[in-house]
Amino acid sequence: MKTYTDSGKKDTRSGFGAGLTELGLSNPNVVALCADLTGSLKMDEFKENHPERFFQVGIAEANMMGIAAGMTIGGKIPFTGTFANFSTGRVYDQIRQSIAYSGKNVKICASHAGLTLGEDGATHQILEDLGLMKMLPGMTVINTCDFNQTKAATIAIADHNGPVYLRFGRPKVPNFTPENQTFEIGKAITLQEGTDVTIIATGHLVWEALEAAKTLHEAGVSAEVINIHTIKPLDDEAILSSVRKTGCVVSAEEHNYLGGLGESVARVLTQQLPAPQEFVATQDTFGESGTPEQLMEKYGLNAAAITKAAHKAMSRK
Amino acid sequence: MPEIAALNDLVTQVRRDILRQVHKVNSGHPGGSLGCTEFFVALYQELMEHDPSFSMDGKNEDLFFLSNGHISPVFYSVLARSGYFPVEELRTFRHIDSRLQGHPTTHEGLPGIRIASGSLGQGISVAIGAAEAKKLNNDSHLVYTLCGDGELQEGQNWEAIMYAAGNAVDNLIVTVDLNGQQIDGATQNVLPLGNLKEKFTSFGWHVLDIEKGNDLEAILTGMRKAKEATGNGKPVCVLLHTVMGNGVDFMMHTHAWHGKAPNDEQLETALAQNPETLGDY
Repeated sequence: MKTYTDSGKKDTRSGFGAGLTELGLSNPNVVALCADLTGSLKMDEFKENHPERFFQVGIAEANMMGIAAGMTIGGKIPFTGTFANFSTGRVYDQIRQSIAYSGKNVKICASHAGLTLGEDGATHQILEDLGLMKMLPGMTVINTCDFNQTKAATIAIADHNGPVYLRFGRPKVPNFTPENQTFEIGKAITLQEGTDVTIIATGHLVWEALEAAKTLHEAGVSAEVINIHTIKPLDDEAILSSVRKTGCVVSAEEHNYLGGLGESVARVLTQQLPAPQEFVATQDTFGESGTPEQLMEKYGLNAAAITKAAHKAMSRK
Repeated sequence: MPEIAALNDLVTQVRRDILRQVHKVNSGHPGGSLGCTEFFVALYQELMEHDPSFSMDGKNEDLFFLSNGHISPVFYSVLARSGYFPVEELRTFRHIDSRLQGHPTTHEGLPGIRIASGSLGQGISVAIGAAEAKKLNNDSHLVYTLCGDGELQEGQNWEAIMYAAGNAVDNLIVTVDLNGQQIDGATQNVLPLGNLKEKFTSFGWHVLDIEKGNDLEAILTGMRKAKEATGNGKPVCVLLHTVMGNGVDFMMHTHAWHGKAPNDEQLETALAQNPETLGDY
């Protein structure tokens, strides 16, 4: 088994901020817009370095999406920043018409996604955003797992011509992927090789999947762990080649099981390689207040839940 | 500068284009299109510096965004007759496999269209973005947008109106098609807009009225004043008082023709009131 080491817990949103800072220095066309959450999104450094390229729009997310769409006309690459809930559900029609259908090169960067937002509760804990965004034709959807990967993804999406939804979170989580990695959109990363079960995880659940694989290993189960940072376009081939080996799969995400990563995986398998699948995801429910750890435990989104799901998937082979 | 008479000939021809487009597919929005015909002709023939060879980025030219996308028939006709695409293509309006979708879109690559519109209330925001990009690019050209009056019931507009004043987006001219009508009736009855001049002014905009919004000379005079008002730290709003369905007597002063096509007989009557000038497509 490969060993992954947490180099020190960091929040993924700070990875976004660090990536944006780098982009500000390297790409003069990058502009940033924020809806009154500059500190929460870690956009302060970009703002300080490039006040002329930073646009504070106030608590007005619909207008922010429209302005971002307009800024692409003239060659700018706008990065919008607000919470995931206000980046998607609140402004779905603006994104649909002015950005996705219009084919605009806007990067929708969304923090505080999912239950790990914690104490603020369900009004802010969106668990439907991946589904909303992956349904939009032409939209690239990315959910990164740690600080380093979020930073790399932020930098990479500036070079991708087209609308992107980049989802990350609030809490400090293990930082275990390589520093200064190259991020390849749509290319899944196999973190552990295994033969008994495939665990396909995204976002904060990737570390949990690695922890689950350790537990499974101790029980004599060989788990393959895939970090699938890009939900759309999905790396079908990585999924298929792994499940051909293992014969069953667990999908793991901080999202509703309806509309999320798991359904995309199931679609690939149903069409090409039917296999038992278990879904580690929220079960069509809203969240609630609590610490991130409490919530992930209560809603079954941690290593223990993945381990249990792996055994179940294997039993159904 | 073309004589007013020549521009009015184009106006008449554009009216025919609008009527014939919507009649052929028995759908589309003639009322608002006819009400803004003079404005579009003035904009594309006289007021804007623009390049019909068309680039999406539109650097070093004036830009126009149509927020109330349902008046696509007038937009398409004026774009075609300004050289953006062949006039014959107007035949394909709302047909399958056409670049002339029911509401304008960039998706099919129609020259002249820089944003999809149709779902209302988004145009001012987009225009602000394009105006901000022009400032960053040191491009002194202007950004224009047209929105409907009923459309101002959408909340996003007021976010945008607040932003533009607060951030001195003064290379922007927003024109409101003030025809007082919307699908369900008079704006006054559906949801009163209040005093738009006072509203825009109190938000910090420079506001002008064009009382005769279907008179080419009045539009040209008013819009030139609007252009002169740009660059002074405030966004500019033009309240264009128009008559929905202008130029076709039975379509005027009513919301009935907002989204309804004329039948064969009605088309004949309407076209008779607007004799061919530059040649039908």
